[in-house]
Amino acid sequence: MILTKILKNAFLIMLTSLVLSACATKKVTNQMQGDVYTGKDTVEYLASGVADRVFFATNESVLTTASRETLRKQAAWLRKNSKINIVLEGHADERGTREYNLALGERRANSAKDYLMTYGISGNRISVISYGKERPVDSGSNPLAWSKNRRSVSVKAN
Amino acid sequence: MIKYLRYILIFFIFAPTSTLALIEVDITRGNLNPLPVAVSPLSIDAKSNDELKKILKKKDIGSEISKVVENNLLTSGLFNPLDKDAFLQKADIAHLKPRFEDWALIKAQALITGKVIYSDEKLRVEFRLWDVLAGKEMMALAFTTVPTNWRRVGHIITDKVYERLTGERGYFDTRIIYVAEEGPKTKRIKKLAIMDQDGFNTKYLTLGNELVLTPRFNPTNQMVTYLSYFRNLPRVYLLDIETGIQEVVGDFPGMTFAPRFSPDGKKIIMSFAMDGNSDIYTMDLENRVVERITNHPSIDTSPSYSPDGKYICFNSDRSGYQQIYVMRSDGSKVKRISFGKGLYGTPVWSPRGDLIAFTKLHKKKFYIGVMRTDGSGERLLTENYYQEAPSWSPNGRVLIFYRETKSDSEGKGFSAKLWSIDLTGYNERLVDTETDASDPSWSSLLSN
Repeated sequence: MILTKILKNAFLIMLTSLVLSACATKKVTNQMQGDVYTGKDTVEYLASGVADRVFFATNESVLTTASRETLRKQAAWLRKNSKINIVLEGHADERGTREYNLALGERRANSAKDYLMTYGISGNRISVISYGKERPVDSGSNPLAWSKNRRSVSVKAN
Repeated sequence: MIKYLRYILIFFIFAPTSTLALIEVDITRGNLNPLPVAVSPLSIDAKSNDELKKILKKKDIGSEISKVVENNLLTSGLFNPLDKDAFLQKADIAHLKPRFEDWALIKAQALITGKVIYSDEKLRVEFRLWDVLAGKEMMALAFTTVPTNWRRVGHIITDKVYERLTGERGYFDTRIIYVAEEGPKTKRIKKLAIMDQDGFNTKYLTLGNELVLTPRFNPTNQMVTYLSYFRNLPRVYLLDIETGIQEVVGDFPGMTFAPRFSPDGKKIIMSFAMDGNSDIYTMDLENRVVERITNHPSIDTSPSYSPDGKYICFNSDRSGYQQIYVMRSDGSKVKRISFGKGLYGTPVWSPRGDLIAFTKLHKKKFYIGVMRTDGSGERLLTENYYQEAPSWSPNGRVLIFYRETKSDSEGKGFSAKLWSIDLTGYNERLVDTETDASDPSWSSLLSN
């Protein structure tokens, strides 16, 4: 009898821990694909439906499919609002040396700039600044926080 | 603005004794048996003490100077300053003629004594270094300076003692320039700060209105180069810390960063980023001529000259990831030197010329390490969650760097601090700063 009770309890504990771990994995996959952030927590909007930022994989400046879609929306919005200029702010996460990250932030912002230009936005309307790892949006020291920080943000300049 | 370099007169009281040093400290290996040394308080006569008390607000300046020396010797890791309570002989008598048996009894192998006099508005400090076991004077020097320079006198004494006992130049009469940090991680306020090597006399050189990063000393004078986000334009600046005058370096249509001086102090080498590509450039400070050193679609940054000025080590991801490269100073003969597992950054050439210090990231850990200039003999000195940016002491024996701790999403738990470690991998120490700190750069010796 006692044995079955113990087994039952053990089973319950196993079950709850399974549920918990399932939650944990789900949460992460909801917000990251590989190590690129796909969530919305920190995203702001230039206009309705036009997200202001795109995210990058560790040490990368390649635009993902989702990033390209975001930038196409930005380009469409910029074409409609031809008086607005933007600054692209490139950022890196805290897991890299300061100087390299400054260069990496610049490279990321420029990869967003290049894409906007291929969609007809004049380079004169876009300036670029890198903050390296100096301006994180999430202070956490964990992979999810880092993924939010590896970003290029389009900010209205006027 | 800040008058640091008041003259300090140094002269030998007696002709230097040419006897062979009997005590010697080997600093090439980790020193697990630091040399027991007695630093006697410097004696001071009542009249001098009264007058100096008024000027410096210190009860006993002789004792204060000896504490500076004692602390320096202790932090070097090579010496073990003995407890003053155990001293049997009075300071003034010990300075004239030590009773060596008394000092041998407390196991002192070296003894430092001294004397402070105030006259003609000048502070005069004499000191002597004694070999206790041989019963001999090893060195005797005197300095004259303005009273407010008293801490520097302590540092210079330490340099002389260190040099006499180790056979190498010291690094105590030096300063550290660094970035003082405050506030939340997402809106960090950063200021340029400068302090003595032992953490005293901190002064802030900027107000914190704009982001400042990576200050570096000119090895030949009191100039500093650093990155400032003044008017939201990240550019390399030049700052004279004596006059406070600063200027932008060059006229680049984009971000310039990662600056350092050439060993003769006449050029600045730095990165210039444009259209997603960073390359290395130099600017001659006399004729303002700008030269492009690298031309490669990868990121080239963190350049650092060899002490003879003939080579440059730098950081590049041209292989796909951050690695360390060496080239001739004209940009030719680029050669990758880091081949270990992981990423390598922030190479800095040792002032002795034989080693390059670096930051390494491998399996989620950061290391400060050194390798020979051909990449062989890699040695990792310290491992941590996050640390980077080593800077060499002027004698190439100690590295100072910064370390950050983990934090949660609110930034709780975060700190940035300066640390130092010997080239041997021993003697790791927290370098005390008033605020959080990063990006340290070590000056040359202020006095020669």
